[in-house]
Amino acid sequence: MTTTVGIILAAGCATYLTRCGGHLVLSRFRSIPPRVQAALDAVPAAVLTTLIAPYLLKAGPAEAGALVAGVLISLRGGLMTTFLGATAILIALRNTL
Amino acid sequence: MSVRPDNLDLGEVPDDETLEAAVVAAIPAEPGRRSELREGLRASIPVIIASSPFGLLFGAKAVEQGMSVGEATLFSAAVYGGASQMVGLDLFGERVAPWLIVLSIFAVNFRHVLYSAAVGQKIAHWPFLEQMFAFFFLVDPQYAESERRAASGRTLTFVWYLCMALPVYVLWIASAAIGGTFGKLITNPEAIGLDYLLPIYFLSLVMGFRKRPLWLPLVLVSGGVALLAVKYVGSPWHVSIGAAAGILFAALMPPKESEEAQPTENPTQEPA
Repeated sequence: MTTTVGIILAAGCATYLTRCGGHLVLSRFRSIPPRVQAALDAVPAAVLTTLIAPYLLKAGPAEAGALVAGVLISLRGGLMTTFLGATAILIALRNTL
Repeated sequence: MSVRPDNLDLGEVPDDETLEAAVVAAIPAEPGRRSELREGLRASIPVIIASSPFGLLFGAKAVEQGMSVGEATLFSAAVYGGASQMVGLDLFGERVAPWLIVLSIFAVNFRHVLYSAAVGQKIAHWPFLEQMFAFFFLVDPQYAESERRAASGRTLTFVWYLCMALPVYVLWIASAAIGGTFGKLITNPEAIGLDYLLPIYFLSLVMGFRKRPLWLPLVLVSGGVALLAVKYVGSPWHVSIGAAAGILFAALMPPKESEEAQPTENPTQEPA
């Protein structure tokens, strides 16, 4: 086994630990305090927003336009409509601006 | 519920319709299960569209950095997390100590601890081994879709979960292999928007949660802190720092009285 393969397998195990660890720790508690529950409910919006942040910093007019369009479309449409609509607008803006 | 994942033979990389037909045929008719399966497969489509370019890009960059196609493919299969794989590649290029590479990948993926804790409550009724199997596939979109489904009042089933997870996983691995083999053929990914599909997908997901209590202040806090962290601390720490700020904010806000009376198995769910 090369070092590279060793690193990859170790990284895979470490990643799996993060994916099952949260549940294994939390499930040991019989009841979850409301503040912990509120924190858990906040996880999706909080984490997903941070994943967008670096892209905001390098957004030009086309990218900014697509993101604004995405927000507007999402007020009416579902996930798929939003995703495809904003992508279409990004491609259109990049090829015209 | 006894579902045998080894019956769902996904074969090579079938397109979605053959896949759907094959899986429908492989599972005995039972009301509810087929629609679980269809909806799971359907949820995987935008994720595949959004993530495949990154899988290809990862494969191409890995080979460029001196990995073999096999190693690049193994990387995608074992770690299965785009951002952390890119960070790992960067460090491979720098020739840093192996344990530091593993630690960095662990740090980038640490957010999954939160996903695991949150989704774990919603799949606690599954057999233990099914839970442990499912957690392997708990990537960002898998987590977000699971939250969305649970929030709309649906019970998360193993069938739905795997029908969403497996196509995404198989195509993620395949895209690394294809990118590694044919990487030099992708000349201008920007013209067709490939480099910006992930933020658009994440934005669509974030907007999907907008009916949750405190959504706007939460997005502003974690987004604002993450922006500052990108500038002053650097990637990938903006994820942990921004998310911690938002989650801490949510925890410190006064809890609603109704929430305090809730039993643990029933986290408050917003109207769909």
